[in-house]
Amino acid sequence: MSWGALYAQLGGVNKHSTSLGKIWLSVLFIFRISILVIAAEAVWGDEQSDFTCNTQQPGCKNVCYDHFFPVSHIRFWCLQLIFVSTPALLVAMHVAYHKHNVKKGLLANRGGGVKGEDLKSLKKRRLPITGALWWTYTSSLFFRLLFEAGFMYALYYVYDGFQMARLVKCEQWPCPNKVDCFISRPTEKTVFTIFMVGSSSICIVLNVAELAYLIVKALLRCSARARGRRSFVHQDEMSTEKAQLQNEKNAKLLSSASDSSSNKTV
Amino acid sequence: MNWASFYAVISGVNRHSTGIGRIWLSVLFIFRIMVLVVAAESVWGDEKAHFICNTQQPGCNSVCYDHFFPISHIRLWALQLIMVSTPALLVTMHIAHRRHIDKKLYRQAGRTSPKDIEQIKNQKMKITGALWWTYMISLLFRVLFESAFMYLFYMIYPGYKMFRLVKCDSYPCPNIVDCFVSRPTEKTVFTIFMLAVSGICILLNIAEIVFLVARATSRHLNNSKDSPVGAWISQKLFSL
Repeated sequence: MSWGALYAQLGGVNKHSTSLGKIWLSVLFIFRISILVIAAEAVWGDEQSDFTCNTQQPGCKNVCYDHFFPVSHIRFWCLQLIFVSTPALLVAMHVAYHKHNVKKGLLANRGGGVKGEDLKSLKKRRLPITGALWWTYTSSLFFRLLFEAGFMYALYYVYDGFQMARLVKCEQWPCPNKVDCFISRPTEKTVFTIFMVGSSSICIVLNVAELAYLIVKALLRCSARARGRRSFVHQDEMSTEKAQLQNEKNAKLLSSASDSSSNKTV
Repeated sequence: MNWASFYAVISGVNRHSTGIGRIWLSVLFIFRIMVLVVAAESVWGDEKAHFICNTQQPGCNSVCYDHFFPISHIRLWALQLIMVSTPALLVTMHIAHRRHIDKKLYRQAGRTSPKDIEQIKNQKMKITGALWWTYMISLLFRVLFESAFMYLFYMIYPGYKMFRLVKCDSYPCPNIVDCFVSRPTEKTVFTIFMLAVSGICILLNIAEIVFLVARATSRHLNNSKDSPVGAWISQKLFSL
């Protein structure tokens, strides 16, 4: 599995993430993918070859292994990491689409007068997370949360908890009656399962925190905009009120002037 | 495990470390990671396949292996290396944050030429102020993780010696069964080596902590009053 290529893809998204998003990416790569690569693949490597059953019945070992391990933990975690990393690509696609539009606009407006520098600065520019991008980013976070929680629940459901037993009792056909089967390295597997579940929970917490942060920032931005509009309207109202008062004053002055002039004439 | 990319990330921190920090990084990579990759993985490679028990009872091998080796030495050392190197990333993140702020300030001041941006990128940050605290915290965490793993090692495998023979009586082994560990002497040699290098790394980290604290104290003394003591301390330290 080429985790390097995944890292290269996600590293590009990093530029447009919030700080919490950047921390999430580091936790993902350092703790989850590195641990998966170094340790878990070595620990689970011999899971089928060293799965021994106390019987000489041919086929019993295969059938029992398949019954107790429908999907290996390693495959589960690889799938989880792939699914969880994919929503970030939504954001990357949106940013690329936006930049493409801006580039088109620049070329249309200025024609041949567009300098290479302008295009370069466009490439390097970091887009603020507002408007449509905010919605894309929030949906990507939401999907990430959904996938993380979904996979954790699936692991818990398929393996009845996070602990690996030393001994399982199997009575699938063709095993005669009940047969004891022994799992290889159960304690080491339990340790790594707990570790991966722990890092998964940390990632969930980071995603929830990032979601809350984005929502709060958007609400603050909305309220600041509403306040700004209200003060503008208030100024408008104030000026019309002032104008009205001024008109009344003028009318009074005019009437007093005409009175005085009429008085004079009289 | 792609230790090369790991090295690339960690050596980025190298530029902003103190001299002792750079020595720590070299010890980490040459003595620990290289030895782990080159030697230890081939010595421990057949640890389960060649763990043989004197019985024909199916499952007894697996169960006894699991009882005596709850977590393999190799995995423990790999985890230790990852955990111990991670605090350095705190420092990298802090420096990246500071550079980002500097870039913003430069842009506001109107200095946006590529030469200025290059200057920010290549600038070596001094370990003062908030960066000093971040660096100290990362060092403390390093010492904490190293010691925690050494203690964990001692708890799981009391003593550093690997036995040739272990006696096992877990179910389903009938009565007590003799089980033989593969390459015990070679494993003992590497265990002693890795423990010793771990101890050296702890000492280097403590020395770095002391050095940073002393430097900060002398800087503080120098700034607060022009005392001959402050000047003497700073002269002694900077001549190291």
